[in-house]
Amino acid sequence: MNAQAETIATMPTQNEASNDSLLQIRGLKKRFSLSGDFLEQLRFKGGKLIRHQEYVHAINGVNLDIKRGEALCVVGESGCGKSTVARTVMGLISPSEGEIRYDGQRIDDLSSKQLLPYRKRMQMIFQNPYASLNPRMTIQQTLEEPLRLHHPDWNRQQILDKVEEVMRSVGIDPDWGKRFGHEFSGGQRQRIAIARALAVDPEFIVADEPISALDVSIQAQVLNLLMDAQRDRNLTYLFITHDLAVVEHFGTRVAVMYLGTVCEVATTATLFAKPRHPYTQALLSAIPRLEDDRPQHIRLSGEVPTPVNLPSGCVFHGRCPHANARCKQEIPALITQDDGTRVACHAVEEGRL
Amino acid sequence: MTTSTSTPAPSRWERLRDSFLWYSFKRDRTAQLCLAVFICLVVTAFSAPLLAPTDPYDLAQIDILASELPPFWIDGADPMYTLGTDAQGRDLLSIILYGTRVSLLIGFGAVALQALLGVTFGLMAGYLGGRVDAFLMRLADIQLSFSTLMVAIVVGAVVKATLGSAFYSQYAVLMLILIIGLAEWPQYARTVRASVLAEKNKEYVDAARVMGLRSKRIMFRHVLPNTLSPIFVISTVQIANAIISEAALSFLGLGMPETHPSLGSLIKAGFDYIQSGSWWITLIPGAVLVVLVLSINLLGDWLRDVMNPRLYKG
Amino acid sequence: MALLEVSQLDVRFALRQGEVRALRDVNFTLERGERLGIVGESGAGKSVAAFSLLNLIAKPGFIAGGSITFEGKELNSMSERGLRKVRGNRISMIFQDPMMTLNPVLSIGEQMVECLKAHRRISTKEARAIALDKLRQVQIPSPEKRLDQYPHELSGGMRQRIIIAIALLLDPDIIIADEPTTALDVTIQAEIMALLLELCEQHNVGLILITHDLGVVSQVTQRMLVMYAGRVIEQGPTREIINDPQHPYTQGLINALPQMATPGEKLNQIRGSMPSLSNLPSGCAFHPRCDFINRADGLPRPACTQQVPDFVESGNCRVACHMVAEMLEDRRLKEESL
Repeated sequence: MNAQAETIATMPTQNEASNDSLLQIRGLKKRFSLSGDFLEQLRFKGGKLIRHQEYVHAINGVNLDIKRGEALCVVGESGCGKSTVARTVMGLISPSEGEIRYDGQRIDDLSSKQLLPYRKRMQMIFQNPYASLNPRMTIQQTLEEPLRLHHPDWNRQQILDKVEEVMRSVGIDPDWGKRFGHEFSGGQRQRIAIARALAVDPEFIVADEPISALDVSIQAQVLNLLMDAQRDRNLTYLFITHDLAVVEHFGTRVAVMYLGTVCEVATTATLFAKPRHPYTQALLSAIPRLEDDRPQHIRLSGEVPTPVNLPSGCVFHGRCPHANARCKQEIPALITQDDGTRVACHAVEEGRL
Repeated sequence: MTTSTSTPAPSRWERLRDSFLWYSFKRDRTAQLCLAVFICLVVTAFSAPLLAPTDPYDLAQIDILASELPPFWIDGADPMYTLGTDAQGRDLLSIILYGTRVSLLIGFGAVALQALLGVTFGLMAGYLGGRVDAFLMRLADIQLSFSTLMVAIVVGAVVKATLGSAFYSQYAVLMLILIIGLAEWPQYARTVRASVLAEKNKEYVDAARVMGLRSKRIMFRHVLPNTLSPIFVISTVQIANAIISEAALSFLGLGMPETHPSLGSLIKAGFDYIQSGSWWITLIPGAVLVVLVLSINLLGDWLRDVMNPRLYKG
Repeated sequence: MALLEVSQLDVRFALRQGEVRALRDVNFTLERGERLGIVGESGAGKSVAAFSLLNLIAKPGFIAGGSITFEGKELNSMSERGLRKVRGNRISMIFQDPMMTLNPVLSIGEQMVECLKAHRRISTKEARAIALDKLRQVQIPSPEKRLDQYPHELSGGMRQRIIIAIALLLDPDIIIADEPTTALDVTIQAEIMALLLELCEQHNVGLILITHDLGVVSQVTQRMLVMYAGRVIEQGPTREIINDPQHPYTQGLINALPQMATPGEKLNQIRGSMPSLSNLPSGCAFHPRCDFINRADGLPRPACTQQVPDFVESGNCRVACHMVAEMLEDRRLKEESL
């Protein structure tokens, strides 16, 4: 198929990528079935009994590399599939198609037992601080659990010491270990969730909108904590967010997603200085800036289409001010520009933009 | 920035004292009254060997000539038998105490069995999903289409046919626990399954999976403790239902035999004597049953309101 | 006399730990067609302020003191009947989550007609015509189709537009919008805020916008209030406060935004977190987190820990801060001595 051939042509080769890239995502696709079980799928149409299947196409062909030590931010609005990508990378969801490689090894087809050693190296921080801690476990229990699992040879004192160390490193008083999650504020809970992720000394962390649910002044605290952790522990981040202001401050590279496809991948400075893809431009213009007296954004026509019936060709063509006939039929491939930015847009390729 | 400790973490007792449950209980007279009545009944019933003036199971103590004596506030009563006697001459007070004990035993036992089966199946169905869920829920549906009565008849018939009538009478308590336990487990299963489905999507479960924990551990250590509050709420109703079910079965002759009666059997035994004027034989056990079940139901109502998730703060 | 005058509003909640003062001494006015922003973090009391305007605070909350006057009539002591005439009709409200605000079992048309007929004696046909007109004003594509659709068939942005249309149905004088775009994506948020701004300007409708997003406030409002722990701590023209915030909390809030930080460097954070309303610090509620509790000479300012600061006028703004009061006093003394 046209699209597949094009995506293979623009993928970095295995050799050049594997040296410095920690995580590689290739041709990732994920569909969720909306059709119910077999009996519900049978329908009458045109006098015949057919099997009706509907899918939510959450991810439609994503290729990304995450290099060691960098913070790759994936941005997009709701329905773009960024959270699904995060969960697929961590193995919470299995992909419909495609591969995920960690440090050169394929991990999406491993059993839970085979995946266990990777669990020590890859951890995740979630969006909702109120739901990410078990309400029935004390903080001490929450933090000890991963240590007991991954270090069965440690004795009690070693575990206690490690828990105390990691609590201090996120700014929580170790004496508070006997308390339950609901006794803490949102920001403190998120710190505890970060402590839980850091307890096993991972090298790679997927953060799924970790500060969106927090107040503005607390967001700054938690973001600083994540930055410190990266510097002190040499972490690599996959940072999912919808807040572009955070990306501008925190990320090394940015990937912009729309309806399950990657539109643009660039270094942060380049993306904000010179966005190429029309969607990226619209997204950046929509951020309310303090300097503005009135909303000054690029107006997009139409509504976001549903991921159930994907538009043909480029997923953005219905709302794009620069769409032409080719955009309606052909899916654009991610093409590398001279400065290293990769953009999936016919208009950019043709030089119209 | 470190959060400073100003006070030590509260102990379990302090948590209970400060909790919404206790606060609500202190303010609700009905709940307090019901709990008092219920505890009173349970304590007196289980101390029957100590409190009962006679031992109604000891055939030597029963005097057939003293049958159908009225309770103490009516003419013709014998002061030795406070609430009168039944048709066989057994002291009604004693037999009611023992009978309540039997009813409570069956009630609690049946609910324990229902809970064990229901919670396990509900947990598995909710967490594992897919075919396991479909199979277990179909099993629950099939179970629900058999009324308790039908299950009793079938199990009773099967046991009596294979192991004999005497065996059935001897192990009647266990049989009834088994019957009522088997008939009503779907209630627990469905409730737990609904809770588990809600909890499954919460991020702490994802965090546990990302940690590398195995399904079994996540189910029992993480999800189950968080599905407990609906279990408490329906348990009160289920205990009341179990007691009533047992009473109904005994009334129909499918439950406890008359030699080792429960409240239901007592009601049945005395039913024929209403016409002849000895109303106390049936009505006094009946009143005790009503008070018992009412207090449990009212407690359950209060508990359901208190544990409403909107107000419940962990 | 202003269209809406709120004076010394005091709202409390009777909880089992005791009485908690959710709002204290809140004062502001709104002229016809003016746009006011109420800014603060969660727990500051902004939603309580909005809800209390229409006396929508539910038990255990109650208005303990102060007055809310709309066109000269007192709202907080009005009967339920009188209030019903005001709600939706003269002052309407937009809530945060569009899915929760729309009734899922009624079609859009039914909900809009119901709202109109509650306040006016008109036929269903006339009501539908008005509803259609309002849907066009909020720029919804194919409005005739929407009247018969149900909320779940529409996207979040569309639902919020419909909510705005419903708010405008009876041509109100004031719209209170409680975090109307927090649940929406950033591109949809921009569209909705631009729409709201245009409609308010075109129809000369006043707007009270409650939000935690300073960028949105700066784009849409003319004046703003900053709230902290139940009190207003700074109020004045939006542009002036954003360009030159005087209260340390406002300064901290603006500086904590990633927009204001250097990429790669740590963000400027405010240490600690907002105190719970049942456990407020003595004196100024912000003092445990404030970097300016010491005077210029390095000694601590006793007022900060002992006395709740009063408002001082500084230019066009009013600020409740001892440090600012001190600065203004020093300046005044210097000018007098010259």
